[in-house]
Amino acid sequence: MFYLVPRNEIPLSFRITIPIISVVLTIICGFFIFSVLGYEPDKALYHFFISPLSRVDKIADLFVKACPLMIIGTGLVLCFRANIWNIGAEGQLIMGAIFAGALALYFPNTQSIWLLPFMAILAFLGGAFWALIPALLKIKLRTNEILVTLMLTYVASLFLDWLVRGPWRSPTSFGFPLTAYYPDVGLISKIYFPGIGYISQLHWGVIMAILICLFCWFTMEKTIFGFQFKLIGDSPKALRFSGFNESNTTLSIFIISGGLAGLAGMIEVSANIGQLQPNISFGYGFTAIIVAFLARLNPAAVIISALLIALIEVGGDSAQIALAIPKVVTGVFKGILLFFLLAGETLTKYEIKYNFNLQSKTND
Amino acid sequence: MIDALILTILMTSVPLILAATGELVVERSGVLNLGLEGMMLMGAVSAFALTYTSGSLLVGLLAGVISGCLTAAIFGFFVLGLATNQVATGLALTIFGTGLSGLIGSDFVGKAVTGLPILFPESFSNIPFIGVFFALDIIAYLSVLIVFIVWIFLFKTKYGLILRASGISHTSSHSLGYKVLTVRWCAVLFGGMMAGLAGAYLPLMLTPHWSEGMTSGRGWIALALVVFASWMPSRIIYGAVLFGAITIMQLAGQARGWTIPPQFLSSLPYIATIFVLVLISSRGSAKYLAPSDLTRPFIASK
Amino acid sequence: MNENKVSSNRNNQIKIKVCMIKKPLLLESRNITKSFGSFIANDQINFDIFEGEIHGLLGENGAGKSTFVKMVYGLLEPSEGAFFWNSKKISIKGPQEARNIGIGMVFQHFTLFPTLTVIENIQLALSEKISSPELRETIIKKSAEFGITVDPDIYVRDLSVGEQQRVEVLRCLLQNPKLLIMDEPTSVLTPQESEQLFRVLKKLSKTGCSILFISHKLREVKELTQRATILRRGCVIDTVASSEVSTEQLAKMMVGSDPQNVKPKSVVNSDDYLVRISGLNRPADNPFAAPLEDISLSVKAGQIIGVAGIAGNGQSELMEALTGEWRSTATVDVFNAFGTDIRNYSAHERRQLGIGFLPEERHGHSAVTNMKLTENTLLTHHNNPVIQKFAIVQNETLENLTDEIVHNFDVRTPFQNPLASSLSGGNLQKFVVGREIIKKPRVFFVAQPTWGVDIGATKFIRNALIDLANNGCGIIVISQDLEELFELSDEICVLFRGKLSESMPLKELDSEKIGMLMGGEFSPHFQRGQ
Repeated sequence: MFYLVPRNEIPLSFRITIPIISVVLTIICGFFIFSVLGYEPDKALYHFFISPLSRVDKIADLFVKACPLMIIGTGLVLCFRANIWNIGAEGQLIMGAIFAGALALYFPNTQSIWLLPFMAILAFLGGAFWALIPALLKIKLRTNEILVTLMLTYVASLFLDWLVRGPWRSPTSFGFPLTAYYPDVGLISKIYFPGIGYISQLHWGVIMAILICLFCWFTMEKTIFGFQFKLIGDSPKALRFSGFNESNTTLSIFIISGGLAGLAGMIEVSANIGQLQPNISFGYGFTAIIVAFLARLNPAAVIISALLIALIEVGGDSAQIALAIPKVVTGVFKGILLFFLLAGETLTKYEIKYNFNLQSKTND
Repeated sequence: MIDALILTILMTSVPLILAATGELVVERSGVLNLGLEGMMLMGAVSAFALTYTSGSLLVGLLAGVISGCLTAAIFGFFVLGLATNQVATGLALTIFGTGLSGLIGSDFVGKAVTGLPILFPESFSNIPFIGVFFALDIIAYLSVLIVFIVWIFLFKTKYGLILRASGISHTSSHSLGYKVLTVRWCAVLFGGMMAGLAGAYLPLMLTPHWSEGMTSGRGWIALALVVFASWMPSRIIYGAVLFGAITIMQLAGQARGWTIPPQFLSSLPYIATIFVLVLISSRGSAKYLAPSDLTRPFIASK
Repeated sequence: MNENKVSSNRNNQIKIKVCMIKKPLLLESRNITKSFGSFIANDQINFDIFEGEIHGLLGENGAGKSTFVKMVYGLLEPSEGAFFWNSKKISIKGPQEARNIGIGMVFQHFTLFPTLTVIENIQLALSEKISSPELRETIIKKSAEFGITVDPDIYVRDLSVGEQQRVEVLRCLLQNPKLLIMDEPTSVLTPQESEQLFRVLKKLSKTGCSILFISHKLREVKELTQRATILRRGCVIDTVASSEVSTEQLAKMMVGSDPQNVKPKSVVNSDDYLVRISGLNRPADNPFAAPLEDISLSVKAGQIIGVAGIAGNGQSELMEALTGEWRSTATVDVFNAFGTDIRNYSAHERRQLGIGFLPEERHGHSAVTNMKLTENTLLTHHNNPVIQKFAIVQNETLENLTDEIVHNFDVRTPFQNPLASSLSGGNLQKFVVGREIIKKPRVFFVAQPTWGVDIGATKFIRNALIDLANNGCGIIVISQDLEELFELSDEICVLFRGKLSESMPLKELDSEKIGMLMGGEFSPHFQRGQ
């Protein structure tokens, strides 16, 4: 049997090796799963991990797919560092999209370039508002945020469903649950590369996402606010002793992470869809949880980990098209990856020792 | 009409009772398994697949229980063996279970099986007023029995006392010579079996077909039920029936042509969950009723 | 054994030896060694315990006493060596086995379950199956026999610390042990409660039960035990007949050198109060907390006020009120510092005024163990404009300040800027004390400044506090350690169930009187000198 012995020192090399080893082990598990299910594992893995990287425009698609994951993921990094379990980013994303959508649909004919910035602000507020509910309940009544944020996701999703089937449905949608298209000034434009033109769907939201990650990294590592966020996660008692206000710190983390999720929702709709529909997110809010852990809770590393998770998502699509492998297999991969990452965290804190001597005491 | 409604409410509450009772035992031992949804889905898909291929409901139910237990074993390996963060590992289990069940079940979408028979002769269910309580299947009665057995076990036996003790203080339990990890392993596996059975009930009884993600948040509601019950088994039954009633309200509403949009009625169970959590925490007692070592990993020194 | 104590002439020594050899051996420890990685906690421990003997195990914090008794109780496995029980070699696989052969243990950190009843707690420690009513009978009978009264149906969380220990003792007694291990039992007791415990232990030893009594308090070991084994840095220094050695000799064996004394505290000349508190009330905010009632407390420049009392009587609640982690204008009448009303000041604002404070718990309150030392410095220096500019942390100045603390307060670190968890208790405590003192506070509130700290660091910290006071700082020390309060304080007051006695000058007090006060023998506003 094996048992754990605490480490005094965290080996620095683990920072990089743990995510890499986790990804490799996940791919090995994928190989077995595909074999068991009767798919050709080499072909399946090719479509999952190589095909999305084979052309420049496909790589650009990865960035587009990773964009909401980066924005939500970096917000969740703050949460998880602070030991706040906001797992309802999906709902906050939807509320952000609804708030922004309200503005765009209210001014269908506007030409003002101010529409987009105000949509972004409203989206942030919408997401923040949805995160404020669990935040206040946690602060005032110590209600567990895990279940509240999750339940609010279901509520937000049903609310959007009602909006697009009911009051907001476009009269020209032929009965489909869709709103009217946003005015052009409410859409995020694609990036024009001089001499090359557009690369697939690559849009300005991606640049913004990367900037947000870098800004969050700076805040986390270099400022007193980042110190507060880490402190509340490690020890709320030490935070109070230090003279910071625990409630305000908790509140700001919820607002930032909820607001970022809301912003991601607005960018997703304005850049890729152009109107509201019942499904605007493909579980980005949940997938971002894995992004945050894959980045080992470092906002800058979120950029890379979001791209990697986007690879699994896009790979899932391409494997479905090419080999008819159900898309849900990506969920299996994501779950396995998260398991390995969490096990890796254990290795940073403990050494695993073995004891095959059955004569000695059992290990607990 | 009313009888049919009550019957549906009771049947809706059965999987909630089963899953929440299992989770209650797990939490009493000091472990929070947020992977209930994943374990239920694995139970559901295995039960449906095996019933469909073997034609035997018993085989299907057993498959549900076993696969729930095996899924819980994955959780146990990480959380107990490797002392990983319980919240994150539970989420991973849900993501994993949702994905794997969808993958296994992709061949079974749109197929149907015959559900469990009613336990008592049909004439019983014609008894006025109480007849509806005789119109249920064996699992429904079993679920109430399990709650009772769990209560006896937790509060009337030495092993139950040991289990509660390891949830209150694992260091004290360890110092007294109890094997905290073994106790927690047993609890986690039991919780998995219950969740698997709860999952199996969905495609075998409630909606006699399999669909991806068919638990639609029932696992999470069961987690809230444990808080609602303040970790006391008997209260799970009231809570589950209450949630069953709220869930069924949308069906009743549609049937009677209520003008309230169906989305609002569908969101009621989720809003009710939040409401219940708020109610429990505003009484301030939840914090002191919860096992004090809940979610704290145990590492023994040698 | 009593005849040994009656006479004290030289012949007695021989008499003791003869008398003891006649007694059969109960437990022998032969070359017991325990290592954790490269650290050797116990090195070749050899000694033995006779039947019916009260044997002391004496040593400083960290000398390896707890490690040793955990091996006797089967919680840890010796790396080398063996135990002999009634002259037979045994290997104890676990606490249940230890209990079955007749070993009982009362832990320093209790192994009770607060949300279970006394009877359930006792049931958990019994190996044989016994029904609740039967057990209730036995508990009542046994507690009457030894004069320990406990209500079997009460929840343990509702008991005082002293009462909790009685439950621990009682549940060992119910197993009719042949050897009872007591790990630092008196650290949570008033002197009177300790006396009561000693009476129980002496009575028990007369019935033939051996007792292994672990302590770092010399006086107790001398008073209670027949023989004592002294441990230092994991090695046995000697086993001596307790009545044959002086406390000075014991101290020297325990520490390894003559313990240096704490420097004298100069007399307070000032008459102006730096801090004045009166009418401080704090309702209990959870079932485990003690409410504070009508507390008055003041400190002058250069004065050290000691607050004595047993843990759980409101110390942490009082400390939170002093630091501003809890504050209220509604239930506090006066809380002035330097003439300013600071009732509503946060910890941060109080620091700005020149108040320093240090709570009891090092792990996760006054320090965060999985953060680096620089970050731990930042914990209380973040409002210093040199350290933080426009919310951006100035790492270089922070590192310099940390180095200065490490250097000035003799903090031994394995390398530059390690995680706080890699420091020993004594070094981490020196670091956090230094971190506050380096700010030259005008008032300093400190709780348990030397709890669980080795003697060297203890003396260092006490001297630093006296230096600080001699330079005009007013200090309030909340401590359970009476020796500490007698060394430091000008005046001492006692906290009991959330009420604070009036403070009395040191010369009017002795440990007996303080003990009475710690047991609640005072009305909140009794007359001085009564």
